[in-house]
Amino acid sequence: MDHDIIYLDNGDTTRIDDDVLDLMLKYYRDSYGNPVSLHNLGIEADENLLWARNTIAGSVNAAPEEIIFTSGATESNNMAINGVAEYLRNKGNHIIISSIEHSSVKAVAHRLKSEGYKVDEVRVDSEGFLDIEDLKSKFKVTTVLVSVIYANFEIGTVQNIEEIGKICREKGVLFHTDAAQAFGKLKIDVKKENIDLMTFNAHKNHGPKGIGALYIRKGVKLKKLMEGGSHEFNLRPGTENLPAIMGFAKSAEIAYRDLEANSKSIIKLRDRLIEGLTKIDHITLNGPKGENLGMRLPHNVDITFHYIEGEAILMHLSLRGVCVSSGSACSSKTLEPSHVLTAIGLKHEQAHGSIRFTLSKYNTENEIDETIKNVTEVVSILRSMSSFIPEEHSELLNQNAKTFYKNKNNGE
Amino acid sequence: MALKYTEKTIDHFTKPRNLGTISDANAEATEGSPACGDMVNYTLKINPETLIIEDIKFRSYGCASNIATASIATEMVLGKHIDEVKKMGTTEAANELGGLPPVKMHCSVLAINGIKAAIREFEKKIGRIQDEKRVLTEKALLNILKNVMHPKHGVNLVDNDNIQRIRIDGQDIFIIITLEPDEEIYASNIHDEVMEHLESMKCTHEIMVKIESKTGNFI
Repeated sequence: MDHDIIYLDNGDTTRIDDDVLDLMLKYYRDSYGNPVSLHNLGIEADENLLWARNTIAGSVNAAPEEIIFTSGATESNNMAINGVAEYLRNKGNHIIISSIEHSSVKAVAHRLKSEGYKVDEVRVDSEGFLDIEDLKSKFKVTTVLVSVIYANFEIGTVQNIEEIGKICREKGVLFHTDAAQAFGKLKIDVKKENIDLMTFNAHKNHGPKGIGALYIRKGVKLKKLMEGGSHEFNLRPGTENLPAIMGFAKSAEIAYRDLEANSKSIIKLRDRLIEGLTKIDHITLNGPKGENLGMRLPHNVDITFHYIEGEAILMHLSLRGVCVSSGSACSSKTLEPSHVLTAIGLKHEQAHGSIRFTLSKYNTENEIDETIKNVTEVVSILRSMSSFIPEEHSELLNQNAKTFYKNKNNGE
Repeated sequence: MALKYTEKTIDHFTKPRNLGTISDANAEATEGSPACGDMVNYTLKINPETLIIEDIKFRSYGCASNIATASIATEMVLGKHIDEVKKMGTTEAANELGGLPPVKMHCSVLAINGIKAAIREFEKKIGRIQDEKRVLTEKALLNILKNVMHPKHGVNLVDNDNIQRIRIDGQDIFIIITLEPDEEIYASNIHDEVMEHLESMKCTHEIMVKIESKTGNFI
C-alpha cells in the first residue's frame, strides 16, 4: 500500500498492542516451555499459565478454574452450545437463541436442529434489543440452553444481559452469551450478570489471533469437543498456546486498566463520526440511537446509505485507504445480506447499502474527519450514477460528482 | 471475503465510461432489482436504418463489478450492429475486464443481458420481431438457467452440471438442482437467483425449485 491506512474495521480484528507483542516474543524465544513438563522450563510455563488464567478470570469476575482457553470465539461458541446440548440430551432437546447471533452460534444451532434438536429464535426490535416477552414465551420444560449475544458485532446493540441471565436462572435453564465484541470494551461481571457460560477472545482487543476463552461457571457440565490429553481441566485437550495465552492476558489487562479513558475517547470519536455522517441525506443509523446510544458499543457505527450498494462504497473507500466492512450481499461469500440487518427489519435493499465502521484506541480525530470527507464524496459519486434513485430525489443524480468524473476521464 | 479485482475492473469502476441517461433514447431496459443488490439501466440510440448502436449510456445500482461490467459492456457494443450484439455471450464483459472472481460472474450476465433486453424491446417496437408467445420447453428453461451463475465456480448451472432434473407438467414446472455438500451455503442464493430468472419469463406456471445436496438431502 502506498498510502496511509485509516483502519475502521476493528470489529473484524485489531492491530496488536506493541506491549502485547513484545511479551509474546519472550514466550516464543526464551520461556518456551510446555506447562505439563516437569523440568524448570515447564514449571516456569505453568506459573505463567496460572498468571494468565488469573488475569483473564479476574477481568470478568470469574474464578481461574472457570476459564478454559480455546482457539478463539468460534471454538468457544461451538463448545458451549454443542457441549451443553449433548451433555443434557437426556434432560431436554430445546435450545433458544436470538435472531442476531454470530454464525458460530447460528450454524451450530442449525446443525443440532438437523439432528433432531428443537431450536427457537427470539425476536429483536428495530434497534436490535432482545424482545424479553418473546424470550419468556419460548421456554419449554425441555429447554436446556439459552444463548444470546452480549453485544452485536454488526449494529453494536448491547443487551440487558443481567436481566436475561436472571430470567434463565429463574427458569433453571443454562445461559450462554457470546461476548466476543463486548469483552475489553465493557465491564463484565459474570456473577452479577447471572452468566453460566461466556465466549470471548483476544484479537478484537489488540491481542493475538487464534486464542480465546470459554467461561464455564463452577458446577456447569458439558461434553468436550475433542479427545486427547487432560489439559484445561480435562475439557480441551492440546498443548496450551502459551505465547498467545500470555498475549491474551496482557491485552485483557491493558484493556481493563485503560477501559474508562479509552471508552471516553472512543465514544467521542464515534459520536463525531455519527454526527459527520448523518449530515449526508438519505441515511439511516442502524442499531441503538438517540436516548439508547448508551446501549451501543463504544466503537461501533453502522449506517445504511440509501439508493447505493455497500460493496461499491467499501471498494471506493478501500482505494482511498479507508478500511470498513459491509452487510451487503455482494460483500458476503454466500451472496446473502446480513441476517442481523434483516432481523431488525431492514429490507434487502437497505441491508445492501450498509457500512460498518468500528473504531479503536489507535484512531484519531483527524482520521475520523478524513473518513467523513471520503464517505461523503463516495456516496455522492455512487448516487450520481445510481439506477435506483426515486424520481422525487432526482437531484441526487445531478450532484457535483459528475464534475468529478469529467475531470477523471480527462486524465486528471 | 477479500476480493481481488483486475486493474481494468478497478479502472472501469472508478472511471465508468458512458455514464448517465440518453434523454432522446429509442431503446431502454432495466435489469436486476434493488432487493438482489444489483440493477443496471441502459438507454440506447439505435439507428433505425442501419441498426447500428450509435450511442449508449448506463446507470448502475450495484457493487464494483456491476459498475465495471456495465461500463465495459457499453464500450463493447458501441458502433456495433444489434445482430452482432445479440450473439454476445454472457461472460464476455467479464472476459474483457481480464476476469472476475467466480462469485461476481453474475454481474457480467446482468450487464450483457441488460443490453440485449433493450435491443429486444427496440426490435419489438419497430416490428422487426413479433411479441413472441414463448412455448415453454425444457430447452427454453435450460437456456434461462444458463443465465444463473454458480457463485463458487463462476460457471452457469447448466454447464456446471447442477441441473439434475427439469419437468414441465401442465401448469407446473419442477426443477431439481444438486450441489456438492460443501456448496450448501450457496443454496439460498442459487434458489433466489433461479426463481428471479424464471419469474422474468412472466409465465403463469407454478414454479417449484428444489435444491439437493449430493448426499441426497433437500436443503
